[in-house]
Amino acid sequence: MIRTYALLAWAWTRAAAQYRVSFALMTAGAFVIGGLDIAVIWVIFANTDSLAGFGPAEVMFLYGTSELAFAISDTLFGNVDRVSQHIRAGTLDVMLVRPAATWAQVAADRFGPHRIGRIVMAAAVLCVALARLDIPLGRAWMVPVMVVSGSVIFTSMFTLGGALQFLLTDAPEVANAFTYGGAMLNQYPLSVYDPRIVMGLTYVLPLAFVNWRPGLYVLDRPDPLGLPSWTGLLSPAAALALAAVAALAWRAGVRRYRSTGS
Amino acid sequence: MIDAAELGRVFRVRRQVVHAVRDLSFHVAPGEFVACLGPNGAGKSTTIKMLTGILAPTSGRIRVDGLDPARRRTALARRIGVVFGQRTTLWWDLPLRDSLELNRLLYKVDRKVFRDRLDELCVLLDLGGFLTTPVRQLSLGQRMRGDIAAALLHDPAVLVLDEPTIGLDVVSKAEVRDFLRRRNAEHGTTVLLTTHDLGDVERLCRRVLLIDHGSLAFDGTLDGLRALVPGRTSIEDVVADLYLSSRGSPRTPPRRPVRGETSGTA
Repeated sequence: MIRTYALLAWAWTRAAAQYRVSFALMTAGAFVIGGLDIAVIWVIFANTDSLAGFGPAEVMFLYGTSELAFAISDTLFGNVDRVSQHIRAGTLDVMLVRPAATWAQVAADRFGPHRIGRIVMAAAVLCVALARLDIPLGRAWMVPVMVVSGSVIFTSMFTLGGALQFLLTDAPEVANAFTYGGAMLNQYPLSVYDPRIVMGLTYVLPLAFVNWRPGLYVLDRPDPLGLPSWTGLLSPAAALALAAVAALAWRAGVRRYRSTGS
Repeated sequence: MIDAAELGRVFRVRRQVVHAVRDLSFHVAPGEFVACLGPNGAGKSTTIKMLTGILAPTSGRIRVDGLDPARRRTALARRIGVVFGQRTTLWWDLPLRDSLELNRLLYKVDRKVFRDRLDELCVLLDLGGFLTTPVRQLSLGQRMRGDIAAALLHDPAVLVLDEPTIGLDVVSKAEVRDFLRRRNAEHGTTVLLTTHDLGDVERLCRRVLLIDHGSLAFDGTLDGLRALVPGRTSIEDVVADLYLSSRGSPRTPPRRPVRGETSGTA
């Protein structure tokens, strides 16, 4: 599966190299979009000293970890939610008759190296935040763990969205609400939202495990929901559980695939 | 090589049950060249998709080279070649050679073996002139030859082609037909193709499967098919008559297939 992915991603990178101007513009675009997000945080803190009790560096930390996890997942595997387009174009049939994992083929399809700009931007924000926070090593080890777990969580959600499209060909937007919407939600401390939303993001869709729960542990903050701080360390477990559900859903989706007319 | 027994596929469309394929049984021996005919919507493509593992059948049993396609799709993919006339399996933005090389890696074909096979296919399919051209710039005829080459680089035992001559001009058609006939004769590759072009059938296939309303309406030789409609000599007229006479009939329980007298297998 990894080999298939690498082969196809490399092929798409070479294809993208044929359109140099487009590549440069899209890379620049990715930077600008990331920059706008940061401008919003800056505007908020021009008007207030704290957001739900969190200072600017802490908010940048929460933003940076979530955005980095999302950017990695979206760049590498985000195209896995284009299943319905492949079904309509018939390209899914072509993928199914190749001796390679369908998931890797869909995920690597149209791989765009330009989105790496977004990863760089998010990593830069996270670095600035970490430099200003002075987190002790005893808790800082959790930062890379939460970024990896977060990437797995977002990738699983993209996969669930893709799997859903085997059944509902016309519903990619439903999945987008949870993936892109979830990433937006996670850009701010979750305590700015209604506690019921936070509960949903903890127990139903484990988006709170991308940056909020482990973030509270790293920042040494009490949980507004009252859960003990070690629950922040459960991110890898939450990620693996969601990945297992996504893998099963994907398999079920491919089995129930109905193809198109011709 | 291909064994289908009481094969069926049901689709549920807005709470209605549609039998795309029902009670379809046939057997294709190694080295045979078989054409699958039938009006639009008869179930040809659905059958091809069940043969290649894209779709799981809802009833019956199917084996291709001893494998259950839906369950062992990836293993089967190494043993069969599939060509879709309506869509390409090549990568649009890559030069043809890179697409073929990518297939080599996906199918895990040894580099040396690959080079020999590509050399042979280059001569037979006359690919030399456009190996370095991006696939999106190829003409339909060139693209189809490239697609056929891509489907054969792993030397499959079975080649399945869904409307391989659709949209091709007379010369390109002749080239594709010529190549398929030679491949079948010289490599013993089992070939199953669907087509609406009866010229394909007349020039290539010893055996015809006529699929209508999802079930097998005829299995035999072209002469056997002609004999079904007395008074018609052109195969076009024969098939047109058969299609028309079945048009009025609803999707009723399957009729027994008419067996042509010289059908080689049972």
